[in-house]
Parts: sequence; C-alpha cells; structure tokens
Amino acid sequence: MPQIEVKNLAKVFRVAERRAGLAGAFRGLLDRRTREVHALAGIDFDIERGELVGYIGPNGAGKSTTIKILAGILTPTRGTCTVDGLTPWDDRRRHAARIGVVFGQRTQLWWDLPVIESFELLQRVYRVPEPLFRRNRDRMVELLRLGPLLDTPVRQLSLGQRMRADLAAALLHGPRLLFLDEPTIGLDAAAKLAMRDFVRTLNREEGVTVVLTTHDMDDIEALCERILVIGQGRILIDGGIDDLRRRVGDERVLIVDFEEPGSLAALERELHGAWLREVRVTGKRARIGFDAGAVAPAALITRVTSRFEVHDLFVEHPPIEHTVADLYAEHGEGEA
Amino acid sequence: MANAIALLGHYFGVSIRSQLQYRASFLLNSAGQFANSCIEFLGIWALFDRFGHLAGWTFAEVAFFYGVVNCTFALADALTTGFDRFGSHYVRTGDFDRLLLRPRPTALQLAGHEFALRRVGRLLQGLIVLAWATWALDIPWDAARAGLLLLTVAGGVAFFFGLMVLQASLCFWTTESLEIMNVLTYGGVETAQYPLSIYHVAFRRVFTFVVPLGCIGYFPVVAVLGVDDPLGTGRVFQALAPLAGVAFLGLSFGVWSIGVRRYASTGS
Repeated sequence: MPQIEVKNLAKVFRVAERRAGLAGAFRGLLDRRTREVHALAGIDFDIERGELVGYIGPNGAGKSTTIKILAGILTPTRGTCTVDGLTPWDDRRRHAARIGVVFGQRTQLWWDLPVIESFELLQRVYRVPEPLFRRNRDRMVELLRLGPLLDTPVRQLSLGQRMRADLAAALLHGPRLLFLDEPTIGLDAAAKLAMRDFVRTLNREEGVTVVLTTHDMDDIEALCERILVIGQGRILIDGGIDDLRRRVGDERVLIVDFEEPGSLAALERELHGAWLREVRVTGKRARIGFDAGAVAPAALITRVTSRFEVHDLFVEHPPIEHTVADLYAEHGEGEA
Repeated sequence: MANAIALLGHYFGVSIRSQLQYRASFLLNSAGQFANSCIEFLGIWALFDRFGHLAGWTFAEVAFFYGVVNCTFALADALTTGFDRFGSHYVRTGDFDRLLLRPRPTALQLAGHEFALRRVGRLLQGLIVLAWATWALDIPWDAARAGLLLLTVAGGVAFFFGLMVLQASLCFWTTESLEIMNVLTYGGVETAQYPLSIYHVAFRRVFTFVVPLGCIGYFPVVAVLGVDDPLGTGRVFQALAPLAGVAFLGLSFGVWSIGVRRYASTGS
C-alpha cells in the first residue's frame, strides 16, 4: 500500500472581495461579497515509501494547499487522503507525531533559546524516549555538523545554520515522512549543496520519504526521480524529469566550438527548418537550439561537421527553468 | 494529563530562562506593574479616607476583595500571554500552523508560549494588600478558610484564563485581537475589586450568571471573611461559587475548538 494516497482532493476557499477605496472598504463592512477560489480542483496521486518527490508549480497553483492538507493543518472540501493509514485532518495529533515538516521561510525553533534547548523542548512535545532522542540527536548533529552551534541562541545563527538546525528539529522524533517547503530559499551556494546532500542521505540511507516543494530547479534536478507539477489546482505532470521535458517538446541545444570564429550567416544558410529554434554565435562558439523530436541529434551533428571545421561539440538539455516556465505559460501563470 | 502538566512546566522553565536573559527589561516591567497597582490602590484608599466606608463595607474588607482579585488576575495574566498575542503572533503570521503540526493540543502549546514573569509586580502588590487586610481584619485562619481561599483563586484563574481563551478564539474570525475584550478582563478586575452588593441589581445578575465575576470573587470571599452576605446568599452557595470559573473555562475551550475547526477549513 502506498504511504500517501490522495484521491480526488479538492479545496475551495471563499474569499471576501475587496472594493476599491475608503468608501468601498466601508461598504464592504456591511455588505460582504465573496467569491470562490478553487485552490485544488480534484487531484490524485500516490507516493510510495522511500520516494523523493518534487512538488512544483507556480505561486498560487495549489502547492501549499496540498502540503497543508497532507500535514493535517487544512481540511479539504472533498476527496480523501490517507498517510500511513491515517486521515491527516481527522487524526491530527497522531499524524503529526509521525511526520516532519520544515518551512524554509519560518523556523520552528525558539528564537531566544540555544539550539539544544529547542531540541530538548521538542523531545518533550513529541514524547521521544531518551535513548531514541539521544540517538537521533547525535546522528543529526553529525550529519548536519551542528556540534559548534548547539549552544548558540537561534537568533544569532546565519540562515544556512538555522536551516540545518530546523532540519534536525523536524527529525528528532524519527519521522518516516518529511515535508520540505522551499528548504533552499535564500541559502548561498555552499549551504544549498549541503542541504541537498543531507536530504539525499536521509532518503537513500535512512529510507525517509521526502516531499519537496521548491522553485529552485537545481534542487529538483539534483534530488528528485519523480516530480509532480501542479498548475491551477490540477496535476499537470506526474513522472520523471524526462516526462516534463517531453511534455513541452524535446528541445536540446547543440553547442559547437569551431576552429575559426563562426559566422552566423553561414550557419543560418546551412541550417533552416521548423525544427530549428535559435542560433547564437559568440566568438568560436555557436549554440544551436533544436527540436530533437523533429531532427535526430546525430543527423544534425553530421550535417554541421561535414560543412564546418569543428573542434569540439556537445548536446545539452535546456535548463529546466525554461521547460517549467513554458509549461506554466501554457497553463496561465498563478491564476488560481 | 500528568504529562501535559510536565510539558507545561518545562515550557515555563524555558520561558523564564529566556526572559531572564533580558534582566533589565524584566526588572523594569515588574517594577512598573507594581507601581501601577500601588497607585490604583492609593485611589481606593483616598476614597475611603474621605467617605469612611462603602455601603457598609470597611476599607480593610474592600482591600481583601482587591487583594484576592488582583492576585488571581496576575496569575491568569502570566499564564495567558500566548492567548493574548494570539491574533498578531499566530494568526496573522500563520505561525498557528506550526502548533497544528505538533502532536499536542493547540491550547496547551499556547499556554506554554510564555510564562510572563513581569506579572510578579501585580502579584506581589496583591499579596501585600491581602496580607495587610488579613492583619487589619484579624481573620482567624483555619483549614476551611484557607482551602476556600485557594479554591477562589483557582476558580478566578480559570475564569480569567477562559476570558483570554475567548478573546483568542475570536481571532479566528477577526484575525486581530479585539480591544473590546479588555472591557471584560481589565474592566472585570476593576469591578471585582469592590463588593458585588454595591452594584445595581441588573449588574449583579450579569456578574453572577453571564460573566461570573461575583462567583470567583465576592461570594466566596464573603465566606472567607466570615461576614453575612447583604445579598442573603448561604455559605454552601458561597463555597461552591468558584466552580463557575471552571465551568466558564470549559465553555471557552468549546468555543476555541470551534475556532480551530474554522481555521482548518479556511486556512486563515
């Protein structure tokens, strides 16, 4: 049985409509108009134990609504959802004891307390038996290199340090399922890499299921075998990164280094057709964007090498940001 | 239950340690509260100095009423900072989500938000007034009197706690804490500083049956003082009256859970 089963999950919010201006605000006091917002329009997916799933979508697409429902904070309008056999919103406290949640933009640590005191408070909140607490704490301190930070008040930590402490805090009770909401937001490059390493280790070695929402496509490319893309309250894609790429056309970029400075005119004379996306030349290097569904990369390479003196070449995928941006554009960005 | 109390104790320990980090702020706040209550009490003294007594009640008797309700309120106030700041600190910021993500009742976690040490100022002043009134009235303390006084304080703490829970519950609908609730909290303290018998009959009914201020102050205190109630109530009623505070707290938690359910369905 999957760890998470979501069936036909929908959430409708009623939001008050605001009228413009001061007079409008006063009228709104007496005569409220509301409209319905369909944050989730009926979504389905299963997540198996041990998966590491990226959950992505533009702002307002329904990502955080889904996470809140899965975490037991929010009651859906209709549909069902079970996590390890529990319905999160009906069994909030039992469910909460089994999951870990990290919000990148907020801390769950006590601001004025040294990190270790927050941990000890959480031990009591989650009723973690002492031996288990000690084991989990020591493991987290080692993996996240928290040793030197334990006695520092949280308010004095850098964002990267705080995120590491927050991750540890969410895992002290040994949850088998971890929700990470924008865990790398605002982090510098080194901290991002450390975060990704940790999440990978947690998932591969400890078998913790991870559901990750992010706007950072590098997180997704580095970590996730599976992604769920949501837009306007619907699941648009459920599959691997390749599925996402195929969905918006199989665009590739051929990068060619010539022996001599390249000529745009010469290249454009040689290469034309609907499959060609763009050609750019800078010095000896040319970037040729093309649709791999319409022309085989090998055929294109043969054509280029037979006409020009080529020193080196390689084919790459366009950055996944572009792919996702295309997909969002297709589905009207951030409407719901 | 025992585990919940232990957790609350741990929360308070942590909270006290973190408040003591800001020692100057703690001392000034406490001193301010103490001075504020003293000046208020000075006002009452000035009235009695001018008029001698109030509807048959002496200054020392009124001081006793004053001491009880102020100690009660100071304790409740110290325990409910989390509820007092609920709108601005939890609902507006969305931090209430964090409480929902933990495997404990939300009200327990909010009670653990902070044990407001600065309230010792008011508590201390209340205790001093109470001690003086006890001495001036020459109250013959025995187990029954002491027990009833403790029950009175417990009922009063429950009542004011309930008011704060109610105030916080309204934030589920209004987001902001409503100043209007201060009418009941601070206004309630002011009212209960004087014997209920001095008020008009309509107010007396409201303060007995709707907002049971009389039940957590006047009635049981009359029994502790050992005087006859000008309103004619009997000792049994007087001794049981503080339970109204507990009932009020229970009712407030009922409203609270309706609010939590609403939050869970609107997400804000």
